[in-house]
Amino acid sequence: MSTRPLTPLTGDPTQRDIDAAMAEADQVPPPDPHHPNRDYPPYRSSALRHPKQAPLPVVDPEAVELTGPVFGVTDVSTLDNDLTLGQTGEPAGQRITITGRVLDRTGRPLAGQLVEVWQANAAGRYAHDLDQHPAPLDPNFTGFGRCLTDADGEFNFTTIRPGAYPWRNHLNAWRPAHIHFSLFGTAFTQRMVTQMYFPGDPLFPYDPVLRSVTDQSARERLVARYDHDLSLPEWTLGYRWDIVLGGPSRTLFEDR
Amino acid sequence: MTPELTTSPGSPAWLPPTPAQTVGPFFGYALPFPGGACMASDGDPHQITLHGQVLDGAGSPVPDALVEIWQADHDGSLVGAPGTLRHDQVTSRVLGRDGIRFTGFGRVPTDADGHWAVRTVAPGPHRPGATPYLAVAVFARGLLHHLHTRIYLPDQVDQVRADFPALAEERLSTLLAERERGELYRFDIRLQGPRETVFFDFP
Ligand SMILES: [Fe+3]
Repeated sequence: MSTRPLTPLTGDPTQRDIDAAMAEADQVPPPDPHHPNRDYPPYRSSALRHPKQAPLPVVDPEAVELTGPVFGVTDVSTLDNDLTLGQTGEPAGQRITITGRVLDRTGRPLAGQLVEVWQANAAGRYAHDLDQHPAPLDPNFTGFGRCLTDADGEFNFTTIRPGAYPWRNHLNAWRPAHIHFSLFGTAFTQRMVTQMYFPGDPLFPYDPVLRSVTDQSARERLVARYDHDLSLPEWTLGYRWDIVLGGPSRTLFEDR
Repeated sequence: MTPELTTSPGSPAWLPPTPAQTVGPFFGYALPFPGGACMASDGDPHQITLHGQVLDGAGSPVPDALVEIWQADHDGSLVGAPGTLRHDQVTSRVLGRDGIRFTGFGRVPTDADGHWAVRTVAPGPHRPGATPYLAVAVFARGLLHHLHTRIYLPDQVDQVRADFPALAEERLSTLLAERERGELYRFDIRLQGPRETVFFDFP
């Protein structure tokens, strides 16, 4: 890659060290302005896990990657999009609904797409054996769900607002509340894993995962919007978050 | 936020894409599913087994990576089929593939030793004269944006060389699975460092 290498972090960095590293990284444009630079020292586990060679561009219009896996009604059950169901009792926390559309870059809705989500519980703990955060597990919340987008490309989840949680990136590191999303699209090149955040979270400026997206307008696209019309009386608070899948620019108009 | 239409360089009004974020360490109870690594249909005569490790820049295994494969069937068909994640409609439990239709899609997490394995079919040429391959997406904690690579089987080496004339032999070799015995092949994915795997970009 043509960008200059960033200073690696060593020792036990504090938030102040991470803040300085994030400020430094903000000055280095990523290879793709829409996505994080895979070499992002403030997120320390990226150090040994990013390729140093530039990716090889593929321009073959018949590449296998310009097609992709398909999913259908057998791949989900109709209750999989309600993460508050399936256990014997009600999960703790605030019930929320998240609705949005999956679009390609031309604005075309992507129907019939598999959307997978996973998240921590209201106390900020994952139902994962390796999550050592000493916050309570919730026997009524597993924290994962899936659905297919409808004809308008729309997905809909009912869940619990996840809590912030600590992690070991640096001293006093806390992840802002987020929900992990996995998406497909009509081509394997559109495959996407990302995270949705909640508006106004005071942890945004301290989090190197969110701030790895150095362009502010791009970063804002990871934040859902509170939508009062989606809230249901005596039941849930509604959030709206639309997702735009990238993919090779040259193919998008050809199959319309 | 709902994106607004903007103009990208050299194109009409386009929506900016949603940025990628790391899969993180805790996808393990959400994304992997029973049978994710058993892509071949029952009794398919063209079965192969692919396995390897995901390794970091220090040569250490990556125990929290997810490997996904998308490929053509042995006849070259890229149509795929739904049913990779077949669920029971009453209990919502995963039933897995029906064993009949080849869906073309596989997903396997690495184990504590960074190791993964899938049983699938040798892909056919997706168009006349094309070099067959398996498309791979790699996700991991520490990887802020997933990576695309390809697995070519070793009997295609001459065609692969012709497909990537600018690629040095050492780099080219990272795209070729190694036959260990019979229809068992090894393919390691090195995220960084010596013999770093060739990753692809689709502009
Ligand atoms: Fe998380």
